[in-house]
Amino acid sequence: MQTAAAIEAVFRRERARVLATTIRITHGDFDLAEEAVQDAFAAAIARWPGEGTPDEPRGWLVAVARNKAVDAIRRRVKLRDIVAGEPVTDAAGAAELVAVPDDRLRLIYTCCHPALATEAQIALTLRTLGGLTTDEIARAFLTSPVTMAQRLVRAKSKIRDAGIPYEVPEASQLPERTGAVMAVVYLIFNEGYAATAGDAWIRRDLCREAIRLGRLVAELTGDPEARGLVALMLLHDARRDARTDARWSPMPCAVGPARTACRPRSRRSTPRRPAPRTPTGGRSPRCSTSSPGGSRRRSSRSIAPSRSRCGRAPRPACR
Amino acid sequence: MQYLLLIYESEKNWDAMSEAERNKIFTEYMTFTNDIKTSGHLRAGDALQPTRTATTVRVRDGKASTTDGPFAETREQLGGYYLIEAKDLDEATRIAARIPSARYGSIEVRPIMTFS
Repeated sequence: MQTAAAIEAVFRRERARVLATTIRITHGDFDLAEEAVQDAFAAAIARWPGEGTPDEPRGWLVAVARNKAVDAIRRRVKLRDIVAGEPVTDAAGAAELVAVPDDRLRLIYTCCHPALATEAQIALTLRTLGGLTTDEIARAFLTSPVTMAQRLVRAKSKIRDAGIPYEVPEASQLPERTGAVMAVVYLIFNEGYAATAGDAWIRRDLCREAIRLGRLVAELTGDPEARGLVALMLLHDARRDARTDARWSPMPCAVGPARTACRPRSRRSTPRRPAPRTPTGGRSPRCSTSSPGGSRRRSSRSIAPSRSRCGRAPRPACR
Repeated sequence: MQYLLLIYESEKNWDAMSEAERNKIFTEYMTFTNDIKTSGHLRAGDALQPTRTATTVRVRDGKASTTDGPFAETREQLGGYYLIEAKDLDEATRIAARIPSARYGSIEVRPIMTFS
């Protein structure tokens, strides 16, 4: 039982990274990589209880996924030359496969490539990085699973057929492309913050997913704008319980009980890094936006630090 | 990979330009074409006569019909193309952005389908 829990934990922690690396290894074939990663986790469930959990679970999973992909490619004769080579069987070979900067970064930029329609960018990001199933994404956007599946298939075949690269963009394009990634994350958050369809006004699952993705982008790029975006989302999300009354009706800010409004999501809510600055040394616009001037109903714990980081004295915003 | 860069622009704009403006754009096209020839990206490329010279052919129920001009009136018309070799879509779009008409009209980037 302990192993099952351990595998589940590894799955939650490593799934996106293993997938991102496998997509690189399969030269951007999303479908093949997804299948191979699924097979790798199935192999883990079959083998780890008997053999024990490997020291480097991610390396193990990537190696197995790669071998599964190679097998699948060998079956597809015409694609044989995409991935050449013998199976990876030892730990050194597995280590070599994962010894590159985090592949999730390539994955984010590819999913949010401007050559894909915005809806496709969102769906693909939630599917590959968020690990949501097609049904879950369809539910989140209140469309049928069939429509969502088609959207994902079209997006993946455009990546393959149009030659959208599986790469972190070159420096000259980076600010614009990172902006596109953040736009997708913020669109996901916005849909959760004020749902355009459905019964619930606030879709917490989407807000949570957007914050998780935002943190990932901030962590991987180190971009001050991305950190500002995370702060902004956390700030809005801190008020989630105060925005509706007991019957889920919207509640104006002035009426909302300060105590409900002032509950930060967690201690992790507050950014702990040094003052976000843009590459040119200016103050990040999102950082400025996310440090409001004086709304008394917002969390002192979540606001004060970001305020001070933008050059103002920390002052409790509510008591 | 090979990509076809389709150049769409308004023929009306082109007709309204002065001789000097047209010459300037023509020179820019010459420079651009030479540049992508030197860099090894160019496979082919041509400018097309305006749509008033176009003829449309259709076969319906086994019978061919020939009509004047393009089927529909659109704001921008196909004015020319380049066939290029590029590493991926990003390289192709970077090259497309250098086509002089990209500043007035638009460039459609289409990967060439390969049959194997």
